Amino acid sequence: MTQTRAIVITGNGTNCEMEAAHACRLGGFDEVVIAHIAEILSGEIRLDDFHFLNLTGGFLDGDDLGSAKAQANRLKNATVAGSSEKLVDQFTRFIAAGKLILGVCNGFQLMVKMGMLPGFDGAYLNQTVTLTHNDCGRFQDRWTYLQVDSQSPCIFTTGIDRGIYLPVRHGEGKFLCDSEATLARIENGHLAVFRYSDAGYSESTMEFPANPNGSTNAIAALCDPTGRLMGLMPHPEAFVHYTQHPRWTREHLPEEGDGLILYKNAALYARQNLI
Amino acid sequence: MANRIEISLKEGVRDARGERIKREIEHFLHLNVEGVRTLDVYTVDAPLSSTELEQAASGPFSDPVIQNWTIDRPAAAGFDFIVEVGFRPGVTDNVGRTAREAVSYLTGRPFAEGENVYYAVQYLLKGTLTVADVEKIATGLLCNTLIQRYSILSAAKFTATGGFPAYVPKVQVEVKIEVKEINLEVSDEELMRISKDGVLALTLDEMKIIQAQYRDPEVLAARQKFGLGAQPTDVELECLAQTWSEHCKHKIFAGTVHYEDEKGNKQEIKSLFKSFIQRTTKDVRERMGDKDFCLSVFKDNAGVIRFNDTHSLVFKVETHNSPSALDPYGGALTGIVGVNRDPFGTGIGSKLIFNTDVFCFADPFYVKPLPSRLLHPRRIYEGVVEGVEHGGNKSGIPTVNGSLVFDDRFAGKPLVFCGTAGLMPAVVNGKPAHEKSIKPGDLIVMTGGRIGKDGIHGATFSSEELNENSPVTAVQIGDPITQKRMFDFLIRARDKGLYRFITDNGAGGLSSSIGEMAGECGGCRMDLARAPLKYPGLNPWEILISEAQERMSLAVPPEQIDEFLAMAVRFGVEATVLGEFTDNGVFHMFYGERTVALLPMEFMHEGLPPMQLPAKWTPPQHHEPVLEEKEDYTGDLKQLLAALNICSKESVVRRYDHEVQGGSVVKPFTGVANDGPSDAAVVRPILDSFEGVVTAHGICPRYSDIDTYHMTANAVDEALRNYVAVGGSLDLVAGLDNFCWCDPVLSEKTPDGAYKMAQLVRSNQALYDVCMAYNLPLISGKDSMKNDFYDGTTKISIPPTLLFSVIGKIDDARKAVTMDVKRPGDIVYLLGCTANELGASEYYTMKGFIGSNVPLVDPGTAYARYQAYNRAVVNGLVASCHDLSDGGLAVAVAESAFAGGFGIAIDLSRVPWKGAAEGWTDMALLFSESASRLLVTVRPEHADAFDAAMGDDGCAPIGVVTEQPLLSIEAIEGNTIVKAGLAELKEAWQRTLREL
Repeated sequence: MTQTRAIVITGNGTNCEMEAAHACRLGGFDEVVIAHIAEILSGEIRLDDFHFLNLTGGFLDGDDLGSAKAQANRLKNATVAGSSEKLVDQFTRFIAAGKLILGVCNGFQLMVKMGMLPGFDGAYLNQTVTLTHNDCGRFQDRWTYLQVDSQSPCIFTTGIDRGIYLPVRHGEGKFLCDSEATLARIENGHLAVFRYSDAGYSESTMEFPANPNGSTNAIAALCDPTGRLMGLMPHPEAFVHYTQHPRWTREHLPEEGDGLILYKNAALYARQNLI
Repeated sequence: MANRIEISLKEGVRDARGERIKREIEHFLHLNVEGVRTLDVYTVDAPLSSTELEQAASGPFSDPVIQNWTIDRPAAAGFDFIVEVGFRPGVTDNVGRTAREAVSYLTGRPFAEGENVYYAVQYLLKGTLTVADVEKIATGLLCNTLIQRYSILSAAKFTATGGFPAYVPKVQVEVKIEVKEINLEVSDEELMRISKDGVLALTLDEMKIIQAQYRDPEVLAARQKFGLGAQPTDVELECLAQTWSEHCKHKIFAGTVHYEDEKGNKQEIKSLFKSFIQRTTKDVRERMGDKDFCLSVFKDNAGVIRFNDTHSLVFKVETHNSPSALDPYGGALTGIVGVNRDPFGTGIGSKLIFNTDVFCFADPFYVKPLPSRLLHPRRIYEGVVEGVEHGGNKSGIPTVNGSLVFDDRFAGKPLVFCGTAGLMPAVVNGKPAHEKSIKPGDLIVMTGGRIGKDGIHGATFSSEELNENSPVTAVQIGDPITQKRMFDFLIRARDKGLYRFITDNGAGGLSSSIGEMAGECGGCRMDLARAPLKYPGLNPWEILISEAQERMSLAVPPEQIDEFLAMAVRFGVEATVLGEFTDNGVFHMFYGERTVALLPMEFMHEGLPPMQLPAKWTPPQHHEPVLEEKEDYTGDLKQLLAALNICSKESVVRRYDHEVQGGSVVKPFTGVANDGPSDAAVVRPILDSFEGVVTAHGICPRYSDIDTYHMTANAVDEALRNYVAVGGSLDLVAGLDNFCWCDPVLSEKTPDGAYKMAQLVRSNQALYDVCMAYNLPLISGKDSMKNDFYDGTTKISIPPTLLFSVIGKIDDARKAVTMDVKRPGDIVYLLGCTANELGASEYYTMKGFIGSNVPLVDPGTAYARYQAYNRAVVNGLVASCHDLSDGGLAVAVAESAFAGGFGIAIDLSRVPWKGAAEGWTDMALLFSESASRLLVTVRPEHADAFDAAMGDDGCAPIGVVTEQPLLSIEAIEGNTIVKAGLAELKEAWQRTLREL
């Protein structure tokens, strides 16, 4: 396997697979596959054949039991056809192989509800944090400034100077921890990769609408201690070209959008470390 | 015995849902509550072990970080009253369905027939409330009793009884399937009773046509062969009622109109649809010659036009008014997921790329009494907005464009327009994707959801006025996820060439979809007993006409059926073979072995003679008011900015995902703080290309109070003007017409039918005239003709309303223009002349007048202006552009200024004027809504080139963009008549609906 390969899982209410695949291609992956969950459950496509797994935005099962809950349950319990393997085994093997996972919005919700994040001590199936209803009680589509934690181990954010500007589009993005201890471990380990902030990326904020959901410590994104697993509520795939910026007709912007760097870093990491 | 699993939030976790309910109780019902908490309840009616129940409760049903769970033990505490709200039997319960699936994954066992999980919510109310207050909260806010049930307990009663017992809303029906025969050899009164009692919505003439059919000896002989008697079966009668309903057959648009104008000239119009709408498209296409871009018009579920060499665009706009009046949430949700199926079911199928929504409501702050059956406009507003939010967002389709229009007559029926565009490859498997066919022998396949009693008589009930007895079953709740799964499967099946024909199951259910498909090849044979049901006990006629959602009908060649069905199983989509298509000219329905309907295709589709419709135009008389000129209009401007039809709709728009799929170029909001109102939307449906799709719309029902001709002309102009403003190309743009009328058929109930019909004729005349001038082919549309409320005493008719939508192209989306001013020093131009046309304007409405000088569209000069402007855009000469509509010039300059964050200073004496000098007043210049005008800003260095591009057609520099954040307007006489800071103008504009 000499090609860098990204996979985007879709099905049961996932919505952002096209633009996520596009971002992977622009980011430099040699091959990008959009795989329907049915094709993975049937055994036609295996996660083992890829380096970068994208869990993208959408409304898995309508978020009917709380965001991404039903899919977390499905992934944990469903078996792959023609084998005794549970689907979740493919995930744990993927993580153990040192590969990359990026969960965006509904994908982030799925990661925390499966327990993949923050993933302390290699426990990737143990839920300790959650994402729940925005304080405003409503779905919000608006752009947010995200201050980066430059000391984070996250491999996706390498090279980001102060922060990036991305849209959020969610009703359940409020980040909460099960205990102060969990929060302290996240903070001490610099796992809170992005925080909602002011336009200059200097101060994180709890004020609506700059912080659209009321997240604890303004946390918008999280990575595991290895930095290879990351989840975030804002949509990096929604800003890979300047015409996606809400003010591109009035500001001078570079050709590339702020979100693309996450995919570029993933592709570079895969090329340097995984093939 | 069913088990109750209750999920509560842990101590200290904020309950955003409860807080919202608390706000709404205070806001809507003016009751004080100290607090509202909420609980989720899952009632599991299936034999699960206690371990399995615990696994479900602690696993998929709850979030361990923030929630607790209990099993068969009430979790509620710390309240004064508790209200539990769940669905009535048979109502779509999406959460229950997902919960059931989750349990199946957990146990590894599928649910048996009749086993299920049901969802309910508990509201824990704290405060000094009476039982009557709680009753009011339950029925006025928490529960729509049409589809939901509720129970209330006080804290004391709750403790005494140990909480609510497990309640299983299972459909209990006697499993006695029967087919009735209906005797039509009865009196005329009896015929009408049969129609009315059965919600058939058939007229006496139509009943008599059916009566005559069953007297025909040839028909009787054919029936005898299949064991049928001389009387129609209920399956046949119901099927004809659906097929012939106004909703499905468009009898008014197909009827013969006897029109008399104000001068007494008489004219017979055979079919408004053919004479105006179809003719518009035909004539425009002929004129375009080899530049014609229409691919499929009027014949499919949506219109199809060329996008580029490799792709075609598909667009349809629908209405879902009557269901939204009864159940705003379910009605609107069904509206949006329903219209999604139109482009999906067009040609061989398309990928859905955006939604558009336009809602017409009465004032949400309405305080006057309403007839008992009508819901308060605020509740309709809330429900519709949320229904479309869930439908659109969950389907992963961006909502890119829309409007909210307010007029108190929409209390009688709200209008809920939902549109969806799709993109299809020009060619799929070597064949043009916009074409499809059926061969005799192809199998009838239904995919998606199951059939229940939901949505029975939707088509016929919406063909009548809303009344006290409107049927509950007409309401459905959509399920975007079941539909999304089906689409995920079908789009892959399309690319593998596994089916030959696809269409949607909408109004009339299978009777309509299979009836139309059978028309393609000349007949069908279908066994209703094979249809998958949500619960047992449906009679054959109910199976045939149920409008249960999320279903598509397909024709699958027999040699592909195995692969098709196997793939459906893999994708978790139900697909069932119901029969086959034939060419024997008969719509032949079985229930098992027995024939239950035998209808000649010709009688079904051609058996109805055209309606005869009188129409007489008498122009209404409204006096033009004489208003005193003012020295300062700043207050009036602020009041206008706050008016419902003008104010910011951001609180609604932000709830709609307008960026999913990644192609967003011009968003609903723009400008320095992302909050200025865009005129139109631009999206890039193909992410590695810069070709953009542009969509916009026009709607101005107020002008109907003066003349529907001009209402229509202005709506078409507004749509194209918005489209052009952002940079849409005039070489590739098409229109869609959605007529929403009050009943225009002269009858006892509608004594002014001839006038309303004349309004419809005039509207059609304008549609033809203006579209011809604008080279706009009409590619699809819809009419909804019974938008009245009548309970025997009160009648509320909506103002005749045309929603005109356009879809087209911008060759390079990077050239798109937004409405916010860009930099100080830029020159402000006004394109197009202003006239004294304040009739039915927002300004007159605010002052309590209608007036008579309605804006007149001059499409010839307007089209030349739009062409010139487009050249300027393509050449990069335009910094910003905003269309002038509600509220006129004053509102447009205010919006452009505060969106851009820079001031504007203009001089009214420089505004190009047309018409009589005595009308030339500051008031008219500020607030007249004259058509076809654009406010443009241009960098000084581009001014000469812009002047040259525009020529001298009513294009004038009227002012300048200023550094200081101030709007300043100089009067004709040179004095300042508007002066206000941008912050205060924006605040006035944003405040009205901010909290909704």
